[in-house]
Amino acid sequence: MRDVAVVGFAQRQMAEFDGSPTCVELLVPLFAECYEQTGWTRQDVGFWCSGSSDYLAGRSFSFVQAVDAIGVIPPVNESHVEMDLAWAMYEAWVKIQTGEVDTALVYAFGKSSAGVLRRTLALQLEPYTMTPLWPDTVSLAGLQARAGIDAGLWDERAMAEVAQRSLTDAEKNEYAVRQGGSSVEDLLARPMYADPLRKHDCAPVTDGAAALVLAASDKAREVRERPAWISGLAHYVDPMSMGTRDLTRAPSAHRAAQALDLDGVEVAELHAPFSHQELVLRRELGLADDVAINPSGGALVSNPMFSAGGIRVGEAARRIWDGEAGKAVAHATSGPALMQNLLCTVEGRA
Amino acid sequence: MSRTLSAPVTFAFDYTRSTGPVLGRFLTGLRDGVVVGGRTSEGRVVVPPPEFDPVTHQAMEDFVEVADTGTVTSWSWVPEPVKGQPLDRPFAFALVLLDGADAPLLHALDAGSPDAVSTGMRVRIRWAVQRQGAITDIECYEPADESAPADESAPGSEPVTGVVTPVSLDYVYAASPEESAFYRGLAQGRILGQRCPACGKVYVPPRSACPADGTPTTDEVELSETGTITTFCIVNVPFLGQRITPPYVSAYVLLDGADIAILHLILDVPADEVHMGMRVKAVWKPREEWGTTIENISHFAPTGEPDADYDTYKHHL
Repeated sequence: MRDVAVVGFAQRQMAEFDGSPTCVELLVPLFAECYEQTGWTRQDVGFWCSGSSDYLAGRSFSFVQAVDAIGVIPPVNESHVEMDLAWAMYEAWVKIQTGEVDTALVYAFGKSSAGVLRRTLALQLEPYTMTPLWPDTVSLAGLQARAGIDAGLWDERAMAEVAQRSLTDAEKNEYAVRQGGSSVEDLLARPMYADPLRKHDCAPVTDGAAALVLAASDKAREVRERPAWISGLAHYVDPMSMGTRDLTRAPSAHRAAQALDLDGVEVAELHAPFSHQELVLRRELGLADDVAINPSGGALVSNPMFSAGGIRVGEAARRIWDGEAGKAVAHATSGPALMQNLLCTVEGRA
Repeated sequence: MSRTLSAPVTFAFDYTRSTGPVLGRFLTGLRDGVVVGGRTSEGRVVVPPPEFDPVTHQAMEDFVEVADTGTVTSWSWVPEPVKGQPLDRPFAFALVLLDGADAPLLHALDAGSPDAVSTGMRVRIRWAVQRQGAITDIECYEPADESAPADESAPGSEPVTGVVTPVSLDYVYAASPEESAFYRGLAQGRILGQRCPACGKVYVPPRSACPADGTPTTDEVELSETGTITTFCIVNVPFLGQRITPPYVSAYVLLDGADIAILHLILDVPADEVHMGMRVKAVWKPREEWGTTIENISHFAPTGEPDADYDTYKHHL
């Protein structure tokens, strides 16, 4: 295995992006930030991979348009996943492992506000017996939240505590769409939205884009004094059907955690777009009480589609670069009610 | 004024899928007012039946009819239904364990208010009056204390083998700031492009970044409304949504001063006389019909000038 590290990270998150759904004008400054962080030009990037969806953009081949932001003369080595940035990063990591390239810039973008996000996402469901009912994301998460409440695994207070901590931590995150904690009591006094969920239990619809830079061995050491070395990557999937799995669990997250060494993790950035999902993930990952969960505020305060998972990797890596943490774990999810789970550990090395 | 222009747009497509034997069996049952589950190797009755056994991976062949009454195992209130959902008034999505099944089936529950819903409550299926072999043949669940109208429909004779799922998505589509400037220019009868400050290439419509080198194209350039046909296609084939009677010519027109051609119509000339290098000029619609749209230009027509020299457009093919 080649040593690969995260050496660059840039992000934009906003409630509503006043621009085109191809987000080229959002990507150009992001790439500029990555070039500045690394001292590279676009010619130093061996591989590019993006994550996006035409269903979100409302136009075909939106990822091809986005390539404008790279500039393709001379031609570039480029790929795309219809997945979150974290999976684009996984592809780039594999590409670097092949030895074909030493560096990669992966990016993702999405203008969720162009359509009705919770409805659009019904298109990722089983097309015969689910999509025709247009089960929206919030409802599916609500079924999961209720299952845990009924089983006594968590309650509305535990969910509000997650929201309160996230909103408070978000005050230090300039990109967070929602900021400002009050108190658990105040949150619990707010009205139900999609019973059993209050609005603060659900991630806000968020537009945005993000980019991560990966580099192998010496290339990484040239960029950063303390690169965030990727010491583990694992991705597993649970069945899509809401009826055949225990919604209070995320077996695929558990399995991914078993595949990695989480001992010594100090920071966990968990992609939990609904408050109760953080509770599910903490259990499946077996995180100790002293692990700092989502110091960025997490996806509950800002969840740009296709970027939010990869942003967890960037937030974790940033804490390694800064020496704030020696080891961190980042998590990304995809699909309804934590169906897919990817874990990535990053470490600083002396 | 907003930075960008935007307009509503709807994309719709009817997805046509074959069902295969297992989902076909399930959907045939729904059409006939019966819920069919599948018994897995572990003896669990799962609805809808899985196509393959989750443990042995054998094809599902053991079908079991279950009741159309059952118990709510989880639910979530839907305060603001979105288009296409089973009910257009607030309702609950519910997982319901139908009597005789071991795994719950997701559908809408028509209950009026969240106060009327609870885990463990008894519900029954409300069948759609018109059924065709789709999950929407179940209109929704309803509390079981409501009396069910007798289902008077007769079973169909042919098994369901396919399903059509209409998908329609509504967007507010925004043009990029650069494209917005282009459309605003058209509304004034001007064709605006932008020049890349790095390589000097002029793009029309302008793009947010130069596709050659990724540099934002910041310098605005007003382009001529005359240009050269670089390549073209004679459209002879009719298609859905066609606005002009074939044959007609669709061509790339390289406007003088631009480095990328725009696609437009060539009219006012017999189709078989259109050729590469032909000089053409924009023909605008009457000014009172103009908007922020490329349709302000009705089409391009020959100027009558001599053909452009091949060398002037050979790099733009």
